[in-house]
Amino acid sequence: MSDTNATLTLKPKDFKGKVDPDWCPGCGDFGVLSGLQRAVAELGLKPHKILTVSGIGCSSNFPGFFNSYGMHTLHGRSLPHASGAKLSNHEMTVIVTGGDGDGYGIGGNHFTHTARRNLDILYLVMDNQIYGLTTGQISPTSEVGMKTKSTPHGSVELPINPIASAITNGATWVARGYTGNIKQLVSLIKAGIEHKGFALLDVFSPCVTFNKVNTYQFFRPRVQPLEDLDHDASDWKAGIEKAMVWGDEIHTGVFFETNSRLTLEEQEPVLDEGGPLAYRELGLSSEETERIVSRMM
Amino acid sequence: MSGFDYVISIGGAAGQGIATPGNILARLFARRGVHMYAYNAYQSIIRGGHSFLTVRCSDREIRTHGDVIDLIICLNQDTMNRHLEHLGPGTSVIYNSDTIEPGEATEGVQRCAMPVGELAGKGANKLMQNTVAISVACQLIGIEFSALEDVLDFQFSSKGEELVAENVRVAKAAYEHSAANFTPAEQQAPQPSEPLAVWAGNQAFAMAAAGAGVKFYCAYPMSPSTGILHWMAANARELGIMVRQVEDEISVICMTVGAAHAGCRSMCATSGGGFALMTEGVGAAGMMEVPIVVVNVQRAGPSTGVPTKTEQGDLWQVLGASQGDFPKLILAPSSPLDAFQTIPEVFNLADKYQLPAIILSDLLISDETSTIDPKVLDMQPIIDRGELITEAGDEAGNYERYKFTESGISPRALPGIPGYEHVVSTDEHMPDGVLISDEFTHPHKRRAMLEKRQSKMDGLLADLAPPTIVGAADAEVTLVAWGSTAGVIQEAIEQLAAVGVVANHLHFKWLVPFHVDEATELLSSCKRTILIENNYSGLFHRYLRGETGFTVDGHIRKYDGEPFKPHHIVAAVKEQLEGSETLSVPYEKIIV
Repeated sequence: MSDTNATLTLKPKDFKGKVDPDWCPGCGDFGVLSGLQRAVAELGLKPHKILTVSGIGCSSNFPGFFNSYGMHTLHGRSLPHASGAKLSNHEMTVIVTGGDGDGYGIGGNHFTHTARRNLDILYLVMDNQIYGLTTGQISPTSEVGMKTKSTPHGSVELPINPIASAITNGATWVARGYTGNIKQLVSLIKAGIEHKGFALLDVFSPCVTFNKVNTYQFFRPRVQPLEDLDHDASDWKAGIEKAMVWGDEIHTGVFFETNSRLTLEEQEPVLDEGGPLAYRELGLSSEETERIVSRMM
Repeated sequence: MSGFDYVISIGGAAGQGIATPGNILARLFARRGVHMYAYNAYQSIIRGGHSFLTVRCSDREIRTHGDVIDLIICLNQDTMNRHLEHLGPGTSVIYNSDTIEPGEATEGVQRCAMPVGELAGKGANKLMQNTVAISVACQLIGIEFSALEDVLDFQFSSKGEELVAENVRVAKAAYEHSAANFTPAEQQAPQPSEPLAVWAGNQAFAMAAAGAGVKFYCAYPMSPSTGILHWMAANARELGIMVRQVEDEISVICMTVGAAHAGCRSMCATSGGGFALMTEGVGAAGMMEVPIVVVNVQRAGPSTGVPTKTEQGDLWQVLGASQGDFPKLILAPSSPLDAFQTIPEVFNLADKYQLPAIILSDLLISDETSTIDPKVLDMQPIIDRGELITEAGDEAGNYERYKFTESGISPRALPGIPGYEHVVSTDEHMPDGVLISDEFTHPHKRRAMLEKRQSKMDGLLADLAPPTIVGAADAEVTLVAWGSTAGVIQEAIEQLAAVGVVANHLHFKWLVPFHVDEATELLSSCKRTILIENNYSGLFHRYLRGETGFTVDGHIRKYDGEPFKPHHIVAAVKEQLEGSETLSVPYEKIIV
């Protein structure tokens, strides 16, 4: 592969997709999109070396609004598609984007297993605690008591805790951002991309149309960056403890981080040498063929 | 039929080690150049129950376990009780006389009582009765002891020389006991000739894929498809194949699609239940135009069904896999060798037309162990990836992933190439990959893109070999079938010929797209047609009638979990030719 853009320095606008976002005005996802565009520009990444993968939902339209290779897949299935793609071409920077319903609800099983697999992927979840594209029903992160079209009397189910779940499932970098704090968000995205291993970045990204509870006004006084506290991100217990805090104070920042585990790609001898599998020569040698047949005799 | 054709069955409970004597027999015959076909009737159980392995060997190629049993090895009383009364004159039964009572046998059945404790010595391993039995079987059909010794060495050498020596010692004692006490079988094994290889059906699928350049294989264990995963996992590192076992079949298919989109030739396999979970992913591959190969090894359904039994019940499941209308390739190979030889072509077609290919196997094909001539195992097939862009060219900066073309095939750029950035989407999209809903849901654009995709089917059909009738041109009856029944039908046709019935055979492999014109012409030229399939409601007949408007004259169907035997078909064809019967459902008295 030739790398003709290697010498150019790209700006955030170079990562604008073919069309502008069709999100509602004021949607939190705008901040995440511009945050990612800034982050990748600042990291010096090139569009052809990035693969964005999403499922279905408002925030899953993300790849279309971002200039890179992209896969806009099935509802809840972004992580397995991304995992297959990453193993097929491990030299790509793979960024998975989506929402809380897509990732923690219908895709919950994949969320659990992708975390423990520790592929080198950044999973960027725009968490608005509501189903937006289906016009407002509870999501796996909706709070108890939340009244929606599907829960007119209020939700009685406990919300999932994506941060604590990710830590216990084996994710090696777990953080939370807030779309209203773009400076912190950009630095978290950069750290998440640079982390070697599965990185979850859950971002509060308010739905201005359907979630009238978890609004910018709700989050602004509550968010408390962990950077401002004496938090030891290498301590998973401390990370879980901070993740369980939900009330007048809600933490953002890096809850947990470890570099002590190898990624799946690093543990796979098949990827040791020869570059990405996707670009390798196909077919077997005569020696390989003979060896296989001789074992059958 | 003249020549050597001998069937040995081994019955016992799961956990009694039926697989080992089965493997020993397979190797013995293969190394001697004798053709072998083994069918294992087993239960979904790890210990106990009843398993019944039938090993047929012959001096010609065989693709069914046949109709009769010449020799039974009973590893437990249950096997003896089930089978002794069904044995006819000239057969033998071998059993451990320390633990098993023989019961009443028909006159002319040789009961080979083996005092295993006395032969093996005090404190010998219980599995030694298997070695004793195999040795007696060898002696009865005239296989010299040295050949058995070689295979025992091969079978047990990984477990240490001591175990090999112990087995050889016990085998020798049993061999001598047999020679001194029993009458040899009328049929004696032929002299050794060119050795043959041994494989299982699932291994054929895996080997073919490896030869075709598969670089990514993903699965969730599910009988009877798991053999493919096992072969892939065992060979992954040596052959540079990424093999993953993941959380569920949804993840399996989505990883397969992701890997294929990024550029690897990718395959996954499952059975009907797992395929049910995969269906949305099949549609994703169709919509995003990503080439994948999916194997569905059918077992008796519905739902969990009968996990260890065979059936051709998933046809409509794969025909209707995933919502919407999109191009896909569906085929049903007729044997492990057919699968082996066709799979490279399937990968080429999936790549050329950028679509999902579904291979319908079944337990009968995937689980059978048989000999194969090593000379036909070409693992370096032609690999043609179609219009694949792997480096930057003139279109850099102006590339359209879903460009409109005459053939409907849009050149496919792999992620990683500068200037070819694009998004593939399960939403309907425009040539540049932008969703039509991002503009407004434009009916003309929707129609044009749908027609582009579907037009690929015309080229695909033209690339597939049309069906043909095999056998006598003026046959009084044509046996119509698909998939795994080909072998047993061929043998049934030979048996019919022996009783004066001239039958020929129309077998379908390529199911979607379907050769409507050719099939209609062939069917219309037949004097009489009988459709044979392993299901209750004639699933293939419904499809055939839908595509061609042709209704066959009669049906032979079996849906008890066990495969057809030649005599089932022979009896049913005769019944239909001689009478007014149009549906025959063969009944097998012996319950294995």
